[in-house]
Amino acid sequence: MIPVYTRPKSLTDVVSHYCPGCTHGIAHRLVAETIDELGIQGRTVGVASVGCSVFAYNYFDVDFQQAAHGRAPAVATGIKRVRPDAIVFTYQGDGDLASIGMAEIVHAAARGENITVIFINNAIYGMTGGQMAPTTLVGQKTTTSPFGRDPRNQGYPVKISELLATVKGAYYVARFSLHDPANIQRAKQGIKKAFQYQMEGKGFSLVELLSTCSTNWGMTPLNALKWLEENMVPEYPLGEFKTGEVS
Amino acid sequence: MSESVLMKGNEALAEAAIRAGCRYYFGYPITPQNEISEYMARRLGEVGGVFVQAESEVSAINMVYGAAGAGGRVMISSSSPGISLMQEAISYIAGAELPCVIVNMCRGGPGLGGIQPSQADYFQATKGGGHGDYRLIVLGPATIQEGCDLMATAFEMADRYRNPVMILGDGMIGQMMEPVVFPEPLDLTKLPPKPWATSGNEGRKKNLISSIYLDPEELDAHNWRLEEKYRKIRENEVRYEILHGDDAEWFFVAYGTVARICTAVMQKLRRQGIKVGLIRPISLWPFPDEAFEKVIDRAKGFLTVEMSTGQMVEDVRLAVDGRRPVYFYGRTGGAVPTPRSVERRLREMMDGKVPSQTDYFDRVGGAAR
Amino acid sequence: MERRVRFNEDHCKSCELCVSVCPKKIIKIRTGLNRLGYHPAYVPDEDQEKCISCALCARMCPDAVIEVWRP
Repeated sequence: MIPVYTRPKSLTDVVSHYCPGCTHGIAHRLVAETIDELGIQGRTVGVASVGCSVFAYNYFDVDFQQAAHGRAPAVATGIKRVRPDAIVFTYQGDGDLASIGMAEIVHAAARGENITVIFINNAIYGMTGGQMAPTTLVGQKTTTSPFGRDPRNQGYPVKISELLATVKGAYYVARFSLHDPANIQRAKQGIKKAFQYQMEGKGFSLVELLSTCSTNWGMTPLNALKWLEENMVPEYPLGEFKTGEVS
Repeated sequence: MSESVLMKGNEALAEAAIRAGCRYYFGYPITPQNEISEYMARRLGEVGGVFVQAESEVSAINMVYGAAGAGGRVMISSSSPGISLMQEAISYIAGAELPCVIVNMCRGGPGLGGIQPSQADYFQATKGGGHGDYRLIVLGPATIQEGCDLMATAFEMADRYRNPVMILGDGMIGQMMEPVVFPEPLDLTKLPPKPWATSGNEGRKKNLISSIYLDPEELDAHNWRLEEKYRKIRENEVRYEILHGDDAEWFFVAYGTVARICTAVMQKLRRQGIKVGLIRPISLWPFPDEAFEKVIDRAKGFLTVEMSTGQMVEDVRLAVDGRRPVYFYGRTGGAVPTPRSVERRLREMMDGKVPSQTDYFDRVGGAAR
Repeated sequence: MERRVRFNEDHCKSCELCVSVCPKKIIKIRTGLNRLGYHPAYVPDEDQEKCISCALCARMCPDAVIEVWRP
């Protein structure tokens, strides 16, 4: 028999703490596949953030640092400046990156810091129990927007990819979705590009992945994928927003 | 280079750090320590190092966390409000047991406060500042030369204990100029290896830099293991100076530049035959309790002088433990104790009176005791 | 017999995303529980021959449970 798909080597052989059907697992797998295919497991350093992905370091068989809430891009900067030959990536959720860590992500991009950011956007705070995120959709109910996000009171969703595409130091900014195999495959190509650009010394790259949180959305994993496709994709258009130095 | 050069304290400390092997510096502008960043921005490139001006103190100290975790010899500097912003990450650095040197050129607080010299961050530096059970090693130099000499010690201790070390300057140290003799630059090839660093796991198991322990038993064990390290530091890293401990009956207790003011008063009084001495803590944490044991039998009283409303005096009281009177005199916000007012307090103490704590209440009436 | 699609059933959380994307509809859920307490997904031995080794299930699986082979 010829292997068609085997478990990535740089993924550790443990059961994750993620809920059933959580697309974090898919994103992890795509990053691990990329590390394997590029042959960089021995020189990759990951930075875990705060939120559901706080334990990301358990799942990748590479060196890792666990960062304070929102500060992963700063931590990655410190690592990359000391180890310019290392391939450094952060793995951050939307609460971490788009709320408390907004300054760090924008300035890491502005510096053209040669790191890769994997940004999970599931429109909610997962780990803390389903509170409103900066990316929560208008009208979306969360535990802290129990009547639906009202723009008059809670403003509008933050669109990170569009925002960072305006930053000159950012080299590659793209948004993908994880709701079906075809989109997952596109996401994989984007993640691979982002790592390759770092290997080529091009500078800052960010891949935003639209993801589900079936537990806190109150849906089955399958319905969550459908909700993502029908509600998040229209609000957060997919595609590559920027490739290259000039904004 | 063994010749003496006249240099501003901030720049001298920066040069001393580079000679102590510091190759990574992350900072954010704040007065009165900007000359450290500016010097690093000019100099680090020449020695193959890296200078990054971060978008905030919060980001800068997290860059330090990353750089220290990756095995770099790294320093950061700031002044009081900036150090306050860094407390979360300092707790992470202590929790993850990473070595780094933090310079605080302390200015007057609270809040935005002022930009003049102060020692009001003693509590923050020595008692925690951030969350959780942790300790910084804190060194309080009294001269620029001592600051430079302590720099190599600070980096060496940071590596040996895998713990952040703070150099607590009192603003004056940073801004004044003094002659200084620099040590020879350290041979970087002789620094101890850091096999725990996140350098890529080629040929070994992966390394993890983290401070998370969700299992209560594990976190309890982690905290007590840290405490055991701190006990060793308390045992081995106490630094202090005693002047005239062999005959003095009345003691000033002061650190940093205030100790120099007290020394001048001490010398004047001794010329008049008054048996005055001085205890100068150099390591503020661990606090040099043993210095007090050396003089307690003969001592009649201690006068602690600080540029604060009374912070180190609490540690002095703990060390003296009620066996002798401990008094306090302080100025804050950039006001510096004058030799005359310091002398007056000592004489009041010798006369059996309780010296007034500050000139402020002398002027407006009343007294905070 | 050599299986085309292999499940590491002890890692499965029964989310059924694989079931939803299988073009041959041969992925089933066991009535019994695995070590984690979930009903794991699997492909019955008699259906292994029907597998076209497209690996959509493996690419959809959030827990890297599935490996796919072809003859």
